[in-house]
Amino acid sequence: MVTRGFSSGRKPPTDTDARIPPGQYLEQGFPVLSAGPTPRVRTEDWSFTLKHGPRPIKKWNWTEFNALPLTKMTRDIHCVTAWTKFDTAWQGVLVDDILADAGIEPPTGFTLALSFDGYTTNVPTKDLTAGKAMVALLYEGKPITPDHGGPARLLIPHLYFWKSAKWLNGLQFTERDEPGFWELRGYHIYGDPWREQRYTGDP
Amino acid sequence: MSDGPAAQSPWQTVTIRRIEKRTPRVTSFFLQPSRPFAYRAGQHVDVRLTAPDGYQARRSYSIASAPEAGETIELAIERLDDGEVSPFFHDIAAVGDEVELRGPLGGHFVWSDSDGGPLLLVGGGSGVVPLMAMIRHRAARRSAVPVALVFSARVWDEVIFRDELIDFHDRRDGFDLVLALTREPARRPADYSRRVDAAMMEQSMVRLPAPPRFAFVCGSNAFVSAAAQALIDAGVPASLIRTERYGV
Repeated sequence: MVTRGFSSGRKPPTDTDARIPPGQYLEQGFPVLSAGPTPRVRTEDWSFTLKHGPRPIKKWNWTEFNALPLTKMTRDIHCVTAWTKFDTAWQGVLVDDILADAGIEPPTGFTLALSFDGYTTNVPTKDLTAGKAMVALLYEGKPITPDHGGPARLLIPHLYFWKSAKWLNGLQFTERDEPGFWELRGYHIYGDPWREQRYTGDP
Repeated sequence: MSDGPAAQSPWQTVTIRRIEKRTPRVTSFFLQPSRPFAYRAGQHVDVRLTAPDGYQARRSYSIASAPEAGETIELAIERLDDGEVSPFFHDIAAVGDEVELRGPLGGHFVWSDSDGGPLLLVGGGSGVVPLMAMIRHRAARRSAVPVALVFSARVWDEVIFRDELIDFHDRRDGFDLVLALTREPARRPADYSRRVDAAMMEQSMVRLPAPPRFAFVCGSNAFVSAAAQALIDAGVPASLIRTERYGV
């Protein structure tokens, strides 16, 4: 349906068009969205726990975690509220390197990301491995601010950004695909921006 | 709260039935859905515009009307000068025009009178819109749940829904309006002429008969950050505070 009087003045140039998923627009800033107050987590109090179901596999404190191999990832990110931001530059620990340090192969096909404020989000384990995701510690070379999920946030850039949990404190392997916070509140179980999987029931 | 998954809600065509200017920068658009549209106070919709060459722009807007409001849903849209969708609504859209809408969306920033209270609502600028839906829902249900709204605006003439809010307040039925004007002196006795802070939150909570069961905060990111921190400093547990941010 064409909207009377609406023109495509803001249509991005063709060379960037291919990088913008359907229904998204290009944002230069870095909007902040969250369901509650911003937790202020001190690095002294920070820890990260890898779990299989309720059972902890390994726990790291801030110093131990920062001693793991650091990898750079510069990626476009896509928020379900329709903004896309190009070339965000992160540095952190690949999930592959966390698993290697724990000395395990992924025990199950699904994972829940866990946050300090009780937030959770689910993701198939294969979307976290093979270099696809990291626990980010730095944004543009600096510690991630609390608004953007610092001290550490998950980065899964190929899925809508609510999957990249802020204030991360653990990953939990689950036997089934268990819906997380937003997935229980009307948002898509997987969240592929290129298939525009925004809400429950989207294909 | 009922936080169940939203049913699938495909795009539908809606017709603009009425346009009402609220403040110099905010105008309400009353949209008539083509299909039944049941929603909860606090939810939002996605609006989509399509250009002749197929280019589409979409934005999310909170619903201002109560679920009980009847045939149309009200969106109160602030004109953002560098925006893409809000200037269309303010400068071009006319009664009888059609746009596409999807929703209702969001299952967290919602309240029904059956959820109980007391409620502490904190809005900055057009962040009052989803809170207005809750306040109107309370009035439509003749609910006795105590509600305090702390509403921050720059000046008196930018207080969206001002007359209606003052009317609700004057009913003295458990709804209390507190205005915080940031660029003008306060006009009502209990209002403030400063930004929201912890002392203001403490004083506003005193107006409620019991500590809030839920606090809802909506506005710009800077406003929500400051207001949520003020609530925490005033003793409201972070777990009771639900926020909605425009993003910027």
